Amino acid sequence: MSIHSRQISRRTMLAGAAALGLTSTLAACGGSDDGDSGESSGPVKLTYWSWAPNMEKVAAIWNKKNPDITVTVSKQGSGAETLTKLITAKKAGNAPDLMQAEYQSLPTLVSNDVLADISKYIGDAKSDFAEGLWDMVTLGTDAVYGVPQDSGPLMFYYREDLFKKHGLSVPKTWTEFAETARAAKKAVPDAFLTTFSANDPGLFAGLSQQAGAKWWTVDGSGKWTVGIDDAATKQVADFWGGLVQEGVIDNQPMYTPAWNNALNKGTHLAWVSAVWAPGVLVSSAPDTEGKWRMAPLPQWKSGDNVTGSWGGSSTGVSTDTKHAEAAVKFARWINTDPEALAALVKEVGIYPAATKGQSGDVLTTPAFFPNQKDFYDTAAEIAATTATAAWGPNVQTAYTSFNDDFGSAAKSKKESQFASALATMQKKTFEDMKKQGFEVTEA
Amino acid sequence: MTALTLTADATGKTAKARRTAWVPTLVLLLGTLYCLIPIAWVVIAATKDRSELFSTFSFAPGTGFFDNLSELNAYRDGIYWQWMANSVFYAGLGALLSAAVSAAGGYALGRFAFRGREFIFKLMLAGVLVPSIVLAIPQYLLLSKMGLADSYWSMLLPSILSPYGVYLVRIYAAASVPTELMEAARMDGASEWRIFSRIAVPMMMPGLITVFLFQFVAIWNNFLLPYVMLADDTKFPITLGLYTLLAQGASQPALYTLVITGCLLAILPLIGLFLVIQRFWSLDLLSGSIKS
Repeated sequence: MSIHSRQISRRTMLAGAAALGLTSTLAACGGSDDGDSGESSGPVKLTYWSWAPNMEKVAAIWNKKNPDITVTVSKQGSGAETLTKLITAKKAGNAPDLMQAEYQSLPTLVSNDVLADISKYIGDAKSDFAEGLWDMVTLGTDAVYGVPQDSGPLMFYYREDLFKKHGLSVPKTWTEFAETARAAKKAVPDAFLTTFSANDPGLFAGLSQQAGAKWWTVDGSGKWTVGIDDAATKQVADFWGGLVQEGVIDNQPMYTPAWNNALNKGTHLAWVSAVWAPGVLVSSAPDTEGKWRMAPLPQWKSGDNVTGSWGGSSTGVSTDTKHAEAAVKFARWINTDPEALAALVKEVGIYPAATKGQSGDVLTTPAFFPNQKDFYDTAAEIAATTATAAWGPNVQTAYTSFNDDFGSAAKSKKESQFASALATMQKKTFEDMKKQGFEVTEA
Repeated sequence: MTALTLTADATGKTAKARRTAWVPTLVLLLGTLYCLIPIAWVVIAATKDRSELFSTFSFAPGTGFFDNLSELNAYRDGIYWQWMANSVFYAGLGALLSAAVSAAGGYALGRFAFRGREFIFKLMLAGVLVPSIVLAIPQYLLLSKMGLADSYWSMLLPSILSPYGVYLVRIYAAASVPTELMEAARMDGASEWRIFSRIAVPMMMPGLITVFLFQFVAIWNNFLLPYVMLADDTKFPITLGLYTLLAQGASQPALYTLVITGCLLAILPLIGLFLVIQRFWSLDLLSGSIKS
């Protein structure tokens, strides 16, 4: 990862955006030298890198209806590795025409000149999405770097049966959450309400967003500010650190066999997760069908109504493509057309970002939650309260630091270590950006 | 082992014989366990279905092996077999070409004196020290300049030259192909090509097979090179294909059962290859045609 990002020559997002406009114009003029990729007459051929399962089935619907633009899905892995691969491919001029890109990767991809500004072709797609989501693909500029595909608003999942059995109440605020954690520990000494996972920076980022954190901000002149250890994030880190130190919240990572087991056996009574949790619970805790219930995320101030997000991605168009207009047409179709949205929900299993995809008959009650018929109505209400995330060009550095530093803090079970881990995360992220040549200050 | 102890008992030197034999045996047994337990885990885990995988005892067999197999077979219309075929192709052809290049290079370096030989050899040795991982990205940039990225060539070309293979064959050629024999062949009027192909290669065969196997396993297990080189998922080898099953994004559970079953199937060709090729190694003892 770092090998490439250090070579970034563009200092600012805006300069990057301007250059992107230029390169894509040039690309549109067709100055290509290798003639075998869709230059010939006949249908336009587009490649689409994605990691979501069954995406090729959705593309097949498009291909059937649009014989002049053929989209081939090439399935890549997700996460940081794919980001590296995209940047490397871009360096060699081989980036795919279309790509799935997580929201937190957009600034990195833009500053590495991988994503094209598609505002020229995008039309009025903006109206199909909640404002907070659309802001994530514009990065607060006039440019548009992708079309939102899915989102992952945070929610609170709990074992309805066990909560009833032990007389626990569903927390509406984080203070109540702490009380519930203590009460749960008292009722079942070998169980925990949930865990603080140092493997999942995305969740921590989402919880911080809810508290109002802005980890990266950029001003009009392209000057960045890194504020990872701002007051909001400190509050979140101290809160979880305190509960871990107290011993009422587990300190083990998520997505491990042990964690699956804890969910399945009921030694974890709840899970702070996103709208896609039912799909994970099906395989992680197969014996608990119908025993879970979803509620809004606890709030910092009672009466507030805000959530963060965990995961979610967009469809972007690369600066290497020779068919930007066709690619945008597809990107827009797959994320806003009713038939495509229905297929995304049914085949790919995502929670669509488009507002009209979040209601209607497409999203039926998750099979794992037969006891909560209004699951997606509640989800849509919660999704509307999602705080906009503020991502920067080196999210991966911050995430790696989170894994390392919060990893040892969680192991130590000391609240003070959580605070110093956050300070380290801030320091590493800030210094990495400085090293990459960004104009940057600390909040 | 038993035989050893028995003999020791019979000759009466029990105490000493036991001490010398039990300790190494124990160490070896521990080593064997250490190597075999993960494989046993894979074998057993492949028999478990999704609900059993993480909830039952690790070494208790499950009931889902055939379901896992058919699910893997059905996954994206059997793309797994495409990956398997790709792996066989990359590893088989790559290792074959690599063994051929190593044979020629190693033989030349080991049996001919020419100017610059030591320099070339030392350069090669330096190549042994550079891990191939470091080269993956430069190789990618080079090959994509040549328009070969994301092609079968992009996997084959980087695996053809194996500095370690050349090094091994040089040592092997120096030890197993006697100069006397080469001179005798020259006296009889054989061309250099004929000496190489008819005399040297058969004599170096055990060494070449070692190179082939090393290279085969290295290519079979390689992840980074195909990861960087290949974009089209129908050209993926197994390693990369299985990775895409694991990394499906935060909102999707990783397909552990399929990956584990896929891993089990992926080691079968390697085991088969070793069993088949093992007998060629015994040639080592028989080879050598003159007395020294």
